[in-house]
Formats: sequence, C-alpha cells, structure tokens
Amino acid sequence: MKTISRPLLFAALMVALVLLSLASLSAGKVWVPWSAWLSSADDPRWAIVFELRLPRTILAIAVGTALGLSGAVLQGYTRNALADPGILGVSSMAAFGAVMTLYLGMSVSMPWILPVGAMIGAMIGIVVLLVLSSGSYSILTFLLAGMILNMVAGAGVSLALNLAPTPWAVSEIIDWLLGSLADRSIDDVRMAVPVIAVGCALLLTVGRALDALTLGDVGARSLGIRLERTRFVLALGVGLATGASVAVTGVIGFVGLVTPHVVRPLVGARPGALLLPSALAGAVIVLMADIAVRITPSVVELKLGVAMAALGGPFFLMLLIKLRQRAA
Amino acid sequence: MSGLAVSDAHVRLGDKAVLNGVSATFAAGQVTTIVGPNGAGKSTLLTALAGLRRPDRGQILLGDADIYGLAPRVRAQRVGYLPQIPEVAWAVDVRTLVALGRTPFIGARGLTAVDEAAVDRALAAAGVESMAHRNVMTLSGGERARVLLARALAGEPQWLLADEPLTGLDPGYQLEIAGLFRKMAVESGGVIVTLHDLHMALRMSDRVLVLAEGRLLADGKPIEALSSDILAKAYGVQTRLWDGDAGPVIEIVGEVLGRRG
Repeated sequence: MKTISRPLLFAALMVALVLLSLASLSAGKVWVPWSAWLSSADDPRWAIVFELRLPRTILAIAVGTALGLSGAVLQGYTRNALADPGILGVSSMAAFGAVMTLYLGMSVSMPWILPVGAMIGAMIGIVVLLVLSSGSYSILTFLLAGMILNMVAGAGVSLALNLAPTPWAVSEIIDWLLGSLADRSIDDVRMAVPVIAVGCALLLTVGRALDALTLGDVGARSLGIRLERTRFVLALGVGLATGASVAVTGVIGFVGLVTPHVVRPLVGARPGALLLPSALAGAVIVLMADIAVRITPSVVELKLGVAMAALGGPFFLMLLIKLRQRAA
Repeated sequence: MSGLAVSDAHVRLGDKAVLNGVSATFAAGQVTTIVGPNGAGKSTLLTALAGLRRPDRGQILLGDADIYGLAPRVRAQRVGYLPQIPEVAWAVDVRTLVALGRTPFIGARGLTAVDEAAVDRALAAAGVESMAHRNVMTLSGGERARVLLARALAGEPQWLLADEPLTGLDPGYQLEIAGLFRKMAVESGGVIVTLHDLHMALRMSDRVLVLAEGRLLADGKPIEALSSDILAKAYGVQTRLWDGDAGPVIEIVGEVLGRRG
C-alpha cells in the first residue's frame, strides 16, 4: 500500500509546527511583526508576545500532542477508529473535577485549585476505570467502564449547573466547559507541560503492544504481550496527558478522534506507526485552530473547543465520504 | 528441543467441566492432531498448552519448566499459537502483518535484519510472497488463512499450536499446509493441531488424540486412535476404515443410534 516515508512526514510536520508557532506568536487582535520580538522589554508588544502568546503557543502544542497521541493510542487499543479520550470518560471526569471547584466558588480565592481539581478528577477516573475493568482482558468491559464514567461525570456536571448558586457561577462553568486557550499564563505551562510530558512518554511505550493487538487479545497474548500491563500504562498515560490538558484548556473535542484518521492514510494503519505522527499532527491541528480563533473577527473571541468542533465535524464527514468512495 | 506435556489438566467454564483430567506428552518431531466432537474441549486444551489459559488444576510443562512460570515473552519465542478465528483489526499490508510474528524478538531498535530474514522465510514457506504488499482486507479466505499461518511461522517457534488451521482451505492448500506442518515438525520442533476432518487427521498426523467431554478417549497412532469403536463413542457415528490407493481412508457409514446424549 502507498504510504509516504516517515522521515519525510516528520520533517513536514516539524516545519509546519515551527512556522505555525511563529505565526501564533504574531497573530491576534494586535498583529506583532517579528521585528518587534527583539525590541526592548519596554515595548508593550514584547509583553504581548512573551507573556500572553508564548504560553498560549506552548500550551496549544502540548495539548494538541496529548490529545492526538491519546486518540491514536486509544484507537489502537480498542481496535476501533471511533475511540478518543472522551470515550474513556477521563476528559469528562477531569471536567467534572474542575467544575466542582467552580461550583464551590473556590477558584475565586485560589485560582490554582481549578487545574488541581481537574487532575484529581482525571485520576479518580483512571482508578475507577481500572477497578471496573480489572480481571478481564475484554475491550468491551473497558469501553463500558469508560461509558459509565462518562455518564456519571456528565450527570455530575449537569447537577453542578442545576444547583449552581448564582447565574454568574453557571456562566463561569459553561464558559470553562467550552474550552479555550485564552489568557493562559506561564504558570499554567509550568503546571501542565511536565504532566503531559510524563503521560505522553508512557503512551509512546505501548506501540508494540498495540501492533500485536491487531491480531486480537488472544493473538497479542500469544505473542508475549502482557495486556494487563499495557492497559495500566495506557490508562495512566491517557489520564495524565488528557487530565492535564483539560485542566488548562477545558474540554477540546475532536482532536483525539480526527488526528489518527488524518495520519493513517499517510503512514499506514499499523497502530504503533501512528503514535508519533499523531502526536505531532495533533499539535499542528490545535495550533492552527487556536490561530484561527484569534484572527477571526468577532467581538468576543471564539472558544477553541467550539471552533474545533465546527471545523472538525465537516472535515471528518468529508473524510468519511472520501473513504467510502474509495471503498466502493 | 524440549518436549511439551500436560498432566491432569482440569478447566471449568461456568458450571461445565471443559477439561476433566487430561494428561499427554508431546514428542518433538511429530505432528499431533487433536480431534473430537464440538465442545469436546479441543480449543481449550490447545490454549492451555499454548500458555494462554492456565488450567484450574494440573500443569503444562515445556521441557522442565512450568509454562505458566515463564515470562510471556520467553514463552512466546518458543511456542507459537494460531487461533481458530484469527482477528485482523487494521488494514495493514501482508508483510506488516506477518512481521507481527516477530514481536517476541523485537528489541528497542525494531525489526533487525535477522527479523526481516525470518519474515521472508515465513512468507516463502506459506507461499504468500507474491502478495506481500497487498492489503490484508482484500485477500480471499484461503489467502488470509495462509498469511496468518505465515505470521505464526515468522516467530520460528519450537512448538506450533494451530486451532483448525485447515478450515476454509481448498484440498490443494490443505495438502500443501499439511506438508508444511510435516516439514516444520521435522526441522524445528513439534506441531499440534486440532481438526474436524477425520480423513486429514488420519493422513497428516504421526499421532492422534481423541477428546470427548473433556477426557481423552484415545492417544496413539492415527490408525489405532481413529478406530471404529472410538469414533462411535466420540461422535456417535459408525465408520469403516479401508485401504485406499493413497493410504487408509475413513468412511462414515451412518449414525449410531443412542450413542450421543
């Protein structure tokens, strides 16, 4: 089957990432030309670039990497091209954790509590997931456990909205749930990036197990793969990477789902071969979307999560139609 | 070359005793066939032997070692297993799929020249070299069965355990693959297969085990194990063994009333 060479793909993705990063530092309500970057710290534009747009750019790359990689790993593990971090319930549990801090009004006095709440939510999600699906190799159990978590977390968020003390709290919760990278600081970077890095490092180790799973659970086990360990590493990695992402940006859908589909025709369907390209492509996609959100002329900045769904939906539909035509 | 042995294996699934005290020793250099009616426990016995389903009671020995005490990777290097209904989840090309058989040997650097050479040999042995770059999803049933066999051969295991490897193959390929098993048994170790086709069992095996209701009814030379008495007991059918032009033939004459129940 026709695929392009991996070095070429990596080079293309890296170049795209660098160019987009430069664009991301310049683009926004105020266009900052590259010449201004080297100006003194007195120049207000310097502050815009390094205090506002640099953290935002770094986070977009980190979150995109985390979501793209998580999506690729989960699709490989479940052998289902419709899987993404949402399906495990980890994103929703993280969102639930964050929403609780908003609901309880704690985040006003202690802004750092929201990301902590999200991470705790994600961790509880992973533990519940592992407990619910332990003692079985079955993917069905794993997916069902994820769906149950998803529903419980969704109900929790609804309950928080329902019981919210003030309309202000409601709007704050909804605002956060929509997902955005606006006004993130270097503190958010310090908090999220190390956790995402650890999560992604874990996820990159399961490639061979995912390859073997092409032959099914029994096939993989007959090839000497320890599925319990694979599942543990995978759940922990997805939990850390997705949890930290949701903690700083809110829920951003579609990246985990779409990215592996974009990459698959280029590198072939072997799950292990998809991991690194999906991580890079995820970063490219989120960065592109975030730039698009900033340069879209509107009174209130569009939410990244909304823009991603609006762009991702039709794109995915097009992809499906194209695939069907090729199959026919 | 280490032998493979099962002693007093018991397996319960739900409230059904699937294996009820099976003991057998498998010698290297032989093709051993396990036959028996549906639900007799053939597949369960094979997965237990492959180190994939620990019996509730009893032991599987590979050489002197308990197979369930071995590291999965070590076990996988020595025992290859081909499931009855092999799953292929992704539309990869044939060579990529066959290379998965090298998984227990792959280190941090991925496939080495040694691995690639083994994949080449496996593709050649199963006669699927010409389709190496085809998408697995576009193969016919017979082609797919041979590709999956190549996958099992790529690991070059001492023991190859295959669950109904001839199902869905035309007579030409059945004979070809039976010949391949023979060659593998002689050259690298032992082969254990389950079959439904009694005639093929008679024709391709050095030894036949007849399993019924989780117990061994017979264990011996094909001609002896597949005798009319034993087959009547196992399947409830009346058979006749006669000499054909190309060796002994099993003819199914009719049903033995009241034998099954």
